[in-house]
Amino acid sequence: MSSLTRQKPSNLDKNVGKGKPEVNIATFALLFSEIVQYCQNRVYTVPELQNKLAELGQHVGSHLLDVLFLREKGFKREIKLLQMLIFIKSNVWKTLFGKEADKLEHANDDERTYYIIEKESMVNKFISVPKDKGNLNCAAFTAGILEAVLNGANFPAKVTVHWHKGTTFMIKLDESVIARDKHIDGR
Amino acid sequence: MSRQASRGGDPRKVNGELFTLTYGALVAQLMKDYENDDEVNKQLEKMGYNIGVRLIEDFLARANIGRCSDFRETADIVARVAFKMYLGIQPVVSNWSAAGDEFSLLIENNPLTDFVELPDGHNALHYSNLLSGVLKGSLEMVQMDVDVRFVQDQLKGDNITEIRLKFIKRLEDAIPAGED
Repeated sequence: MSSLTRQKPSNLDKNVGKGKPEVNIATFALLFSEIVQYCQNRVYTVPELQNKLAELGQHVGSHLLDVLFLREKGFKREIKLLQMLIFIKSNVWKTLFGKEADKLEHANDDERTYYIIEKESMVNKFISVPKDKGNLNCAAFTAGILEAVLNGANFPAKVTVHWHKGTTFMIKLDESVIARDKHIDGR
Repeated sequence: MSRQASRGGDPRKVNGELFTLTYGALVAQLMKDYENDDEVNKQLEKMGYNIGVRLIEDFLARANIGRCSDFRETADIVARVAFKMYLGIQPVVSNWSAAGDEFSLLIENNPLTDFVELPDGHNALHYSNLLSGVLKGSLEMVQMDVDVRFVQDQLKGDNITEIRLKFIKRLEDAIPAGED
C-alpha cells in the first residue's frame, strides 16, 4: 500500500522517450569493474562467476526487451526466428553497444545452434583477465542480456559465451522454437 | 545538455540505458544478497568509494584542473565539470551553510534512477548511494575529507534529489614510513 502522505511517481506516467543521452564510457567501465569484483568475491570458480554475471545481464535484458520493441518496432513482436536473430544482431546490438554485431552464423551441423560473433566485446575492453583464470569471459554478462531478450520474446534459448574468433555467443534454441518456425514457414 | 549524438558515433560514450539498467541489476543483486536496506546502502557506498578513488585520476588527467582554492570552487567543479563529464547532467549547487563548509547538489533527472520504482517498505534504501561513495572517494584523493549523504530522493516522492556534502577536514599528506 502506498503511503497517504506522499505519492510516489510511477513509471507508467512517464514517457519512454527516444533513448537517453549517453554516458561516459569510463563511468560504465568503472561500474562494471566493481560489479565483476563484487561477484568475484562471492564465488569460487570461473563458471560460477560467469553465471553470476549472466544473471545480472538477464536482469538488464528482461527490462530492455519491452523498451526495444516499443521504440524500434512500434509494439510489433517478432515471430520468425531468423528475423528475431537479425533484430538482435542489428537493433539490440546498436542500442547497447552503438554498432551491429560483427557476424551472425548458423551452425552447419545443428539447426538449433546459432552464433553471434564479435571481434572485440565492449564489456571486455576494460577487463584484464588474470592468467590463472584463463577462460574467464566477462561477456557472459552480454550473454545473459541476450538470453533474457530471447526468452522474453518467446524464443526459449540458452546463450553461452566462448573465446572463438574473438567473443562468440552460442545460442542454443529450444526444440519448440525450431518446430514452430517450420510450422510458420509451412503455412 | 549535450545533444544526443548519432547512435554509434562516439566510441567514448556508452548507451545511458545500458548503464542505468546495469546499475539496477547491481542494486537488485545486492538487495537479494543482503536483505537489509542499511547494509545495501553501505555496500553501494563502498563500491562507489572504490570507483571514486579511480575516477579522480581519469578526471584530473582529462579535465586539466588544478587544485581548488576553497570548498566553493570544489562544489562548482563537481557540479559543472565532473557530473557533466561522467553522467551528462549538471546538478545545481545550493543551500550553502553560513560557514561555507556545507552545500547541496540538487539533481533533477538522476540517470541512475530511470525505469526505477522503489517498492514499498524500502524507505531506508538510498538507491543512488553509489554516488555518495564516488564523491567521498574522489574528494579524499585530493585531500578533502567530506561527509556525503542523501537528504531528498525523487524515488521516494520528493520533488528533487538532494545530496548534501559537508567538509570535515583537510587530509594531510601522509609521509611514507621510513622517510623523513
